[in-house]
Amino acid sequence: MRVEGKAVKFGDNIDTDVIIPGKYLVYTEPEVLAQHAMEGVDPDFSKRAREGVVIVAGKNFGCGSSREQAPIALKHAGVRCVVAKSFARIFLRNAINVGLPVVEADILNEVDEGDVIAVDLSSGAVADLSKGFFKPIKPFPDFLLEILRDGGLVEHLKKRGFGK
Amino acid sequence: MLPGFTMAEKILAKKAGRERVEPGEIVEAEVDLAMVHDLTGPLTVEVFEKIGAERVWDPNKIVVVFDHQVPADSTRSAELQKKMRRFVADQGIKHFFDVGRGGICHQVLPESGLVRPGMLVVGADSHTCTYGALGAFSTGIGATDMAYVFATGKLWFKVPPTTRVEVVGELPRGVYAKDVILAVAGEIGSDGANYMAIEFCGEVVKRFSVDERLTLCNMAVELGAKTGLVEPDEKTASYLGANPSSMGEVVRSDEDAEYADQRVLDASGLEPMVACPHSVDNVKPVSEVVGTSIDQAFIGSCTNGRIPDLREAARILRERTVSDGVRLVVIPASQRVYEQAVREGLVEVFVKAGAVVCPPTCGPCLGGHMGVLASGERCISSSNRNFVGRMGSRESEVFLASPATVAASAVAGEIADPRDFLGD
Ligand code: SF4
Repeated sequence: MRVEGKAVKFGDNIDTDVIIPGKYLVYTEPEVLAQHAMEGVDPDFSKRAREGVVIVAGKNFGCGSSREQAPIALKHAGVRCVVAKSFARIFLRNAINVGLPVVEADILNEVDEGDVIAVDLSSGAVADLSKGFFKPIKPFPDFLLEILRDGGLVEHLKKRGFGK
Repeated sequence: MLPGFTMAEKILAKKAGRERVEPGEIVEAEVDLAMVHDLTGPLTVEVFEKIGAERVWDPNKIVVVFDHQVPADSTRSAELQKKMRRFVADQGIKHFFDVGRGGICHQVLPESGLVRPGMLVVGADSHTCTYGALGAFSTGIGATDMAYVFATGKLWFKVPPTTRVEVVGELPRGVYAKDVILAVAGEIGSDGANYMAIEFCGEVVKRFSVDERLTLCNMAVELGAKTGLVEPDEKTASYLGANPSSMGEVVRSDEDAEYADQRVLDASGLEPMVACPHSVDNVKPVSEVVGTSIDQAFIGSCTNGRIPDLREAARILRERTVSDGVRLVVIPASQRVYEQAVREGLVEVFVKAGAVVCPPTCGPCLGGHMGVLASGERCISSSNRNFVGRMGSRESEVFLASPATVAASAVAGEIADPRDFLGD
């Protein structure tokens, strides 16, 4: 499984309140959430992300609330993958469940805004195609990779005939 | 010989039907109790329906609490709540706390006796880690995970390593459980316990009431932790109105359990603490921020909206008034707390002082309603998060402190030291 996009950089401790502010939690529609993605730090983000981007961030990405609206907003805004030094645990689970690829890699200081980043989840590598470097990452356990490959837990369960 | 196990490992092993589990291992475990509220419930139900599930696995083990946007503040939230009420009725969900019946989820579940020692509890809210104060393994999950739990009663968990935080010494006057956890946050950092369980122990924790232990465990997630835990004891039993032998399954860490990290905090030297914008680990002793002007003060939330919190605040506000130019919002964490506060005359103290007392709700804690902040405004709050925009405008600032420090600041009109108001 491979994804690619232009890098948009953020720092450490990007919390879910800035990814999707609390006042939008009464919305469950992905398109509405997407319009407000990252509004807390970058009100223009949803416009920039539309063409398909890879977020490159520092440590503890997605800390704070358990709101699943956060990875949903990012995914539907056009984020193809988040590469961060580390993730807060609830965000990591939620991202996989909604089918937003997330990988742990410390590349923030080596990447420039706009570099083309490619991530191969199956073999476990992240590459900056503009600079021409690549780094191995810890591969996902198979069952999580399968959920991602199916596009999230809902699709994953449906495929397996859950509920039938 | 094999080393012993921590509480977290023992509970997860038991619920996964295993002899033993090790940190880092992924196990599927049976959930004893699952909670959603008015903002995460609707998304859970949506996913539940999408995966084609029809009936919840056990309507007696699901708890639905309306607390975030209540009473409904817009047609939008009213519609969501209507949808949840219908789901509750259709599925025959037994534990439903509607407006006026419960309060903030993390107060309602412990005080109603639904959480017992040894349980595995999940909630679609990050502060679900609060219930570890009763010796349960309890953690926050997202809506899709919750839909899976609703359908199957199970979930996968990565077994966390445990950090042990021992609090020793004697708390000085004007210093509370909130100051202890802020001090720990300052030391460990906002991701210092990422993916871990934090076990709170030591003489100070033993002396803490269950209410105070709830404050400690509530903020475990602010350090990145999966859960906070306190060993159950006689205090836990009496809080639950039970006998120590029948309150649940009492699980203790083995003497020779392996910890990822062990820390000792001497509470005797602590000052009242304040977490400054915009991060919970940006912690300073109150003396360093005294005099910072404020526009609003907030006493409430699942961290510090309980009876002991309101009592301490009232001690300071009795026969005093809130400073001109400052709004003080007080929100009891639950109906029960509210009722008790009325009975003890605390509400009267607040109202006379010029505070506004709102019905049990999360309110301004997440910038929902009942006191959101405008740009350029500053608030001192007894809640647990001070992220950018958490309580309203992106250009507002939040300082976190104990209810006593918040009350003292409301009176002073600027951040103040509660010890100057408490007498001896
Ligand atoms: S009081 Fe605040 S932190 Fe607690 S559950 Fe409500 S919104 Fe979350």
